[in-house]
Amino acid sequence: MDTKKAFLRTKFFDRMCHWTMVACFFLVAMSGLSWFFPSLNWLGSVLGTPQTARVLHPFLGTVVFGLLVIMFFRFVHHNLPVRTDIIWFRNVIGVLMNRHGDNLRIGKYNAGQKILFWGIMSLISVLFMTGIVAWRAYFAAYFPIPVIRVALLAHSLAGLALILLVIGHIYMGLWVKGSITGMLTGYVSRAWAKQHHDRWYEEKIASSSETPSKPHS
Amino acid sequence: MQSQDIIRRSATNGITPSPQARSHTEEVAKLIDVTLCTGCKGCQVACSEWNDLRDEVGENVGVYDNPADLTPETWTVIRFDEVEDESGKLEWLLRKEGCMHCADPGCLKACPSPGAIVQFANGIVDFQSDQCIGCGYCVAGCPFDVPRISKKDNRAYKCTLCADRVAVGQEPACVKTCPTGAISFGSKADMKQLAANRVEELKGRGHEGAGLYDPAGVGGTHVMYVLTHADKPQMYHRLPADPYISPIVRGWKEWLKPVGALGFVATLAGAFAHYVGVGPNTTEEIEHEEPVLPPSDETTSEERV
Amino acid sequence: MTLGRRQFLKAGGTCVAGASALALGFTPPKAYAGDSRQYKLLRAKETRNNCTYCSVGCGILMYSLGDGAKNAKPSIFHIEGDPDHPVSRGSLCPKGAGLVDFIHSEGRLLYPEHRAPGSKEWKRITWEEATDRIARLLKEDRDKNFIEKNEKGQTVNRWLSSGMLASSAASNETGLLDFKFARALGMLGLDCQARVCHAPTVSALAPSFGRGAMTNNWVDIKNANVVLVMGGNPAEAHPVGFKWVMEAKIRNGAKVMVVDPRFNRTAAVADFYTPIRAGADAAFMLGVVNYLLTHDKIQHEYVKAYTNAALIVREDYQFEDGLFSGYDADKRIYDKTSWTYERDEQGFAKSDPTLQHPRCVLNLLRKHVERYTPEMVTQLTGTPAKDFEHVCAELARTSAPDQTATFLFALGWTHHTSGAQIIRAGAMVQMLLGNIGMPGGGMNALRGHSNIQGYTDLGLLSLRLPGYMNLPSDKQQDIGTYLKETTPATEVANQVNYWHHTPKFFVSLMKTLWGEHATAANNWGYDWLPKWDRSYDMLAYFDMMYQGKVNGYIAQGFNPLAAMPDKNKTAQALAKLKFLVVIDPLATETGSFWQDEGKYNDVKTEDIQTEVFRLPSSCFAEENGSIVNSGRWLQWHFAGAAPPGEAWQDSRILGTIFTKIRDLYRKEGGACPEQVLNMQWNYRDAEEPLPEEVARECNGFALADLKDDQGRVVVKKGQLLPDFSVMRDDGTTSSFAWIFAGSWTEAGNQMARRDNTDTGLGCTPGWAWAWPANRRILYNRASLDPSGRPWDPKRQILEWDGRRWSGADVPDYPVTAAPGSGISPFIMQPDGVGRLFGCGGMTDGPFPEHYEPTESPLQSNPLHPAVTYNPVARVLTDDRARMGHVKNFPYVATTYSITELFRHWTKHSRLNAIIQPEQFVEIGEKLAGKLNIAAGDRVKVSSARGHIEAKAVVTKRIKTLNVMGHDLDQIGIPCHWGFRGATKKGFLANTLSPAVGDANSQTPEFKAFLVNVEKV
Repeated sequence: MDTKKAFLRTKFFDRMCHWTMVACFFLVAMSGLSWFFPSLNWLGSVLGTPQTARVLHPFLGTVVFGLLVIMFFRFVHHNLPVRTDIIWFRNVIGVLMNRHGDNLRIGKYNAGQKILFWGIMSLISVLFMTGIVAWRAYFAAYFPIPVIRVALLAHSLAGLALILLVIGHIYMGLWVKGSITGMLTGYVSRAWAKQHHDRWYEEKIASSSETPSKPHS
Repeated sequence: MQSQDIIRRSATNGITPSPQARSHTEEVAKLIDVTLCTGCKGCQVACSEWNDLRDEVGENVGVYDNPADLTPETWTVIRFDEVEDESGKLEWLLRKEGCMHCADPGCLKACPSPGAIVQFANGIVDFQSDQCIGCGYCVAGCPFDVPRISKKDNRAYKCTLCADRVAVGQEPACVKTCPTGAISFGSKADMKQLAANRVEELKGRGHEGAGLYDPAGVGGTHVMYVLTHADKPQMYHRLPADPYISPIVRGWKEWLKPVGALGFVATLAGAFAHYVGVGPNTTEEIEHEEPVLPPSDETTSEERV
Repeated sequence: MTLGRRQFLKAGGTCVAGASALALGFTPPKAYAGDSRQYKLLRAKETRNNCTYCSVGCGILMYSLGDGAKNAKPSIFHIEGDPDHPVSRGSLCPKGAGLVDFIHSEGRLLYPEHRAPGSKEWKRITWEEATDRIARLLKEDRDKNFIEKNEKGQTVNRWLSSGMLASSAASNETGLLDFKFARALGMLGLDCQARVCHAPTVSALAPSFGRGAMTNNWVDIKNANVVLVMGGNPAEAHPVGFKWVMEAKIRNGAKVMVVDPRFNRTAAVADFYTPIRAGADAAFMLGVVNYLLTHDKIQHEYVKAYTNAALIVREDYQFEDGLFSGYDADKRIYDKTSWTYERDEQGFAKSDPTLQHPRCVLNLLRKHVERYTPEMVTQLTGTPAKDFEHVCAELARTSAPDQTATFLFALGWTHHTSGAQIIRAGAMVQMLLGNIGMPGGGMNALRGHSNIQGYTDLGLLSLRLPGYMNLPSDKQQDIGTYLKETTPATEVANQVNYWHHTPKFFVSLMKTLWGEHATAANNWGYDWLPKWDRSYDMLAYFDMMYQGKVNGYIAQGFNPLAAMPDKNKTAQALAKLKFLVVIDPLATETGSFWQDEGKYNDVKTEDIQTEVFRLPSSCFAEENGSIVNSGRWLQWHFAGAAPPGEAWQDSRILGTIFTKIRDLYRKEGGACPEQVLNMQWNYRDAEEPLPEEVARECNGFALADLKDDQGRVVVKKGQLLPDFSVMRDDGTTSSFAWIFAGSWTEAGNQMARRDNTDTGLGCTPGWAWAWPANRRILYNRASLDPSGRPWDPKRQILEWDGRRWSGADVPDYPVTAAPGSGISPFIMQPDGVGRLFGCGGMTDGPFPEHYEPTESPLQSNPLHPAVTYNPVARVLTDDRARMGHVKNFPYVATTYSITELFRHWTKHSRLNAIIQPEQFVEIGEKLAGKLNIAAGDRVKVSSARGHIEAKAVVTKRIKTLNVMGHDLDQIGIPCHWGFRGATKKGFLANTLSPAVGDANSQTPEFKAFLVNVEKV
């Protein structure tokens, strides 16, 4: 298979991190939603009985948090704001309206993705910390009840916000063709790269002329 | 009590309420007259005996209070407070602590598990342990710090007001056993009348601050106290002067839910509209390149269009 | 890769379908709101019983597995109060509420065990082996040490080298068997818990009023206007009886006052509390007497008509410097000849109805108590002066005929070397106020154990017989002498003097004991009764044991290692026994006295050569029988299950061992076999007498047709006696305890009656049966004036209908004695009146006097420095060496019970262990501050006899007192823990207290002694 024409966008380890996290996140989010919206109580069944859901939710949440910590360190350098992000913001309507062609000087991640990154990272941190406070089986007894109340409210707020963000993220993946495949295989086409991440595309072209990109496996 | 007598269930949508027709049940109440309580702990033992609870044999921590606090296996405890007024007159304030069976129960509001906490038409708030998931939200919801989660089974426990006894027409075990008559049981109206008589008598004996504790902040309770110092309930082992469901809990359960639901609807609807309106974001292949394929995965070929 | 709109929608649809499938597959079938717990008693077998702990005798309903069907084996799984019970009305205190855990305690003994001399362990044995061996050991020791004749050649037929303790939680029926068992062997070392409990009450109240029991009853307390709780703590020790104090307070506006060394749970709900130095109660009460007399606050008519105030005392009676006339300093006893009335020619007491005579009782009393000024009292007691005056004034209020005060007391008054005198002083106050015999009045002795009243009634004390008769001494060699000396002569003309029937009661008892062997020819078997030379009370007997003079001992339902004072001495005493037989439902400390429990029981097991048997007995829930509550009610209870494991009922244990001993005597002969073999033991199964047949035997039978004056047959031969009035001294009636006659008649078991109708003022004569003659308020004729008008119309309990007395209660009076007959209401007294002057009824004086506790914080008694301590209180040589001094032990300690636990029994009940898990002592804040002790710290409390360690409860409720110008601190020591049971291990609190007893009854001084306290 000729992979020379495709760019490796996400390495195997990161992809595994991502998709493991996705699986866990779904379980956590669904069980969380089952408790938040009583009418969606059935969602909790993804984790078995309501009781096993209660047991697993915080553990899986911790896994999500752990994976995101790893991903944070592996992705943070691509997600630091740069001056050119302003261009994307200026053209955000165009982006959403599916108008291509403008050279927006987008690096590996665009400004929207960066917001997503920082949003997810901060919300998961809030969820983790408040989750610890509310984790009845092990930790809640160490916190005064008013603190737990604030934690529960914050946990719900952060959870909602995170789920909404992630829905946005999923939608973007579905909307932008090639993204999901990219995240699954790790490879995106040059055209895709050029269209969505022009500056990254140029950097890749430049670096590949120096050191040929290695096959994936 | 049966499910038929339930008027409120935890984690149940307001638009699909429990059966409401059998609402003519008399409201019951337990009245604890602290001025008659000798702190004998008969109520503690009778409660544990009836409910088949056996707590750990703990230790003495320098006071009479034993066990030192409510636990999943001790649903009521006597609190002992020694108070001296300015004149040096000593009072030993004794209070039976336990679930207050609020008309507006914070535990029930906070509970995420459908039917794990129910309120019966007679006012009893009961935990249905088989439905309990052990999240502990009831602990956070309760303005009186009553529910306790068991380490053995991760389920919440508290006084049931002996719902099983009341259901067959008996009084709760603690009420029956109370040697001095400090605990009474009957209709809430009767208990309020009894309390009024007691308060009047106490005032006659010079206890100006005597009064009934039936806090309006939680809609009244089905466990009430006659206090000598009703103006300072905190004297009785931090009994809250004006308990109410925390606004944070209300914000979480009453405000955030519709906002969250709206957020979901808006997000999903927005995404859908965007897709339908804008169409997929596809890539024009440059230099007639082949579409990128997964390097070693033939099975995804169906995705090639 | 592209995804068109069509595909997107398709994918979306797949997701929804998948989610739905998931939901269908995984969602629990039905998230319904479950029902609450099912009601657990619906058809369970319900059995009626009475709580086994205290003397309130609460009714209980026991629920056991199965509905009573033969194929179901009942096991009791729930107990709650009996709502029909007139006293408890469904209530149970924490002890009663936890009864089910007593029944199923892990400490229950399940099979007989044996500990060989020097062995470190129990070995399981069979009942056959155990009873064979015990019978053999007892017989060997009896044959070897039996004393047929004393050194003077008098027939004494006693056996001193083995003794027995009988359980006051067992039924009367077991008590009867205990008595027969012990006396048939000639034992004098026989006692029951009354010895360490309320014996001083009997010693004090009997000479005062004629009977030694609680005068009123639990429910009657509700009629009081003033409730004085002193020397007792009913909210803690009798919580359900205390219901009626609260009832008095709420419904009757009564004022409740508590005088106690510590602010206890009773004080928590009282209207008034004041502290007192432990051991100074007599001074307080005599101060009250002085107040009433100096302020002229007495019920004049009552005092004149119903007390001996007007009777004139002999001229040679004297009281000087703390000593009454007749003191023998060498023997430390009084010659009581002078302590009586001046007589007229007919032998009747002289009197001065004008109360002017200087030697009339009232004037002597006035003189006697004038030293107890408020200043002296407050100096001695540490009670603030204004508090003392307040108590006096409140009590004085009840001298009005329509006001009553009730006195509630218990071990806080009995556990002193002058305990009986404290109670006497209280009785005098009540007589002066006209409160005896009145509904809502009385001297209400709150008895201890569930059947301690019954065991007292049955005479299970070393020198007693059933029905408050005395065992003959060796000076009473023939029945004539005995009956002459024990039957009182009437002292005032026309009085009932009911004790003049003593010969009838005694002969009926002898007919029960010796059956057909008791004949007029052999003085009804008089010689077979063991005769005593001195007291063999527990203190004396354990001292004998300590000296190695006792070989065998049986402890049945009694835990002397925990119950006796000076535990270390008791342990050493037990170690000198050859054999010890413990009969108990529970693993007691006594049974394990030889086991090394580290600091809790520091003994060298291998050096202890005592052979120990541990026999498992049934508990209350596993037997039928009757127990007597403090209000003298005989209540019948029923078994709800069989004893666990191989446990036997007490009657079977006693019956089997006794039968085996008799078989041995029959086969082998031995020392005085007649005593053993002639004891009537004619039960259907000699090895297992049934409670029902024993109860009927206790009531008594007509052994021949009984005829009245006109020759009409009133009771046919073979019938049960209807009451004690038909008893004869010619051998034609039998009755074990005359006061119980009427408890099981031809009409059936009166003790099992359940009609709780209130006939007025809280009297429920249709519930159970009370001795004597079903009277609920003793001396109730005294509630009306001599002409028959009630002192208080609202309290009319009897009325005269022109021919007879009747009313809400059974008259404690000749029913046909018309108003104005001159017959006084205290019908048991030879003078017919309540005795302010106690005559010779007490060993330590006809008037009470304050003496210091044996271990006193004062150097001397300010009233009479030369006579600091009770001059006739017996201090044995061994014990004198074990007394401490205030220099080393600066604090006054007092021991007591708390609500959550009952003596050393409930520590075996998990439910009770939970609510009071660990040993503690109570220390006032001021002293704790001085000693740097914080709540929850471990402290060491030591006396001259040993030490204990416990957690400190630091409290505002114990105050530093000012006594004789000095600060005095008191330490509170609850005594409930030990090295066996479900609680945390603890020390036996009685390690600290001295082995010295009340001068009249040898009840130990647990309530006032000296200790030191240190932080560990």
